[in-house]
Amino acid sequence: MLLPASSLLAIANLAASVNPHPPHLAAVPVLEAGATLVGEDTAAAPLATTTTEPAPDEDTSAEPPPHIAAGDVLAGGKLLLTNGVTTVDGSSGGGLARWATIGGRQMKGGIGLSAHATAIELSDYGWRSYGVLVGFGDRLELSYARADFDTRDIGALLGIGQGYTFNVDTFGAKLRVAGDVVYGETWLPQIAVGIEHKRSRDGALVRALGAAEASGTDYTLSATKLFLARSLLVNGTLRYTQANELGMLGFGSAAGAGYKLQFEGSLGYQLSRRAVVGAELRTKPDNLGLGDDDWMDIFAAYALTRNVTLTAAYVDLGSIATIPDQRGAFLSAQVAF
Amino acid sequence: MIFAAAASAALMLIQQAPAEATDWDAEFGVEVKQRDPVTGELPVDPYEQSNANAGAAPYASAALAADFGGREGIARIAARAVELSEADPRIAAIFASHDTVRLKRTLGEQFCYLLGAGCDYTGRDMKTAHAEMGVTKSDMNALVENLQAAMREADVPFASQNRLLAKLAPMSGEVVER
Repeated sequence: MLLPASSLLAIANLAASVNPHPPHLAAVPVLEAGATLVGEDTAAAPLATTTTEPAPDEDTSAEPPPHIAAGDVLAGGKLLLTNGVTTVDGSSGGGLARWATIGGRQMKGGIGLSAHATAIELSDYGWRSYGVLVGFGDRLELSYARADFDTRDIGALLGIGQGYTFNVDTFGAKLRVAGDVVYGETWLPQIAVGIEHKRSRDGALVRALGAAEASGTDYTLSATKLFLARSLLVNGTLRYTQANELGMLGFGSAAGAGYKLQFEGSLGYQLSRRAVVGAELRTKPDNLGLGDDDWMDIFAAYALTRNVTLTAAYVDLGSIATIPDQRGAFLSAQVAF
Repeated sequence: MIFAAAASAALMLIQQAPAEATDWDAEFGVEVKQRDPVTGELPVDPYEQSNANAGAAPYASAALAADFGGREGIARIAARAVELSEADPRIAAIFASHDTVRLKRTLGEQFCYLLGAGCDYTGRDMKTAHAEMGVTKSDMNALVENLQAAMREADVPFASQNRLLAKLAPMSGEVVER
């Protein structure tokens, strides 16, 4: 004779009223045994041997109950390189161009962390930047990056002091609004909108150089897609900005020049799961009339492990603060979880 | 309280042990399917067979099919990708309750058809085949990694690997449920 599960539960609860143990200790094996049978009933292809005898209570109660541990939330599930590398502004992207990708290795329901350090050695200047990023699902990323721009000997030449270093803090946010960089219709790229709020730490100096403000906010719209049939990653970003040299030289100009629409493009060819080579272009406004040029690079990125990605590039940043031909090497390391 | 204890004790006593020969499948309404003695596959509900069920138009490139080792090579790669997934703790649970004998065959047919290697696809369409599995995009990524591993083992050039993935990636909307 079989009693329905509800009777067993009633007995368990009755027993609990005379038992110092909490009722769930008695109820759990009953519930789990029921769940196991239901699961086998609906399974498409159970093996005959596993369905002919009910699982003993001891076995099922020994199984850990389903739960969400910290390890599950932080378990990164992205395909290699699909979290991008880190831009000079601290966002997920290429080295120079922001992408629609979300940083961190997490997928839906997870939280990811990413940190990076970047060095650019130019003919006359040195750039160092480093920062952290937190990603929520494959949906939202929040980033912070600090950039230091060392004028070295040029500082003395410009009269601001030997080795004067400009500093900028960038606070970024990016939201994926549609599409997927890998999956879905080929014609639908991953699309993201975002902002980058930048604060120069050299307010007095950048105003003296002609900038209107020491802080400003960029607005971005990015579309990124990996065209698997060609192994080609294509990215385009529109950036509405008034930043001079990414904010190093302040924002806008006292003469009235302000926001302009700029373009960032990337093309990458996937050599393997781990390696991609490509080129980028980032246009920039010339609000201060100092001859700010567009930035370009050719890059190679390599995913050393799931968590570590190295990027090396040859960059041509053109003229910076009237000093022409600023070319050199870009090196960046990213650690992501 | 004493009455409750007595009542539960009484209930325990009057409950008879089930007979040794109880047919538990019948008691719980479990339908036991028998594997086909020839193919080793479990039966599925009838459906209309069509190459359209493969979910994409095939390539027409002999060179591409050759990169995968032709029909036999493709079948091996599909079977290996399923094997790796059955052993992959991230997604093994999805495969545990499914007929992987049939899956290896139909997946091989699908790849073979899409790669233009001269097979017909006899499986179900992607939406039906993945119904109620609760597959996530993370699960898809794990499967892609296992398929990539199987293709690497078979020395398929990376660009050709991506061409197969290019046919499969747009089907994610039919497969991913949550």
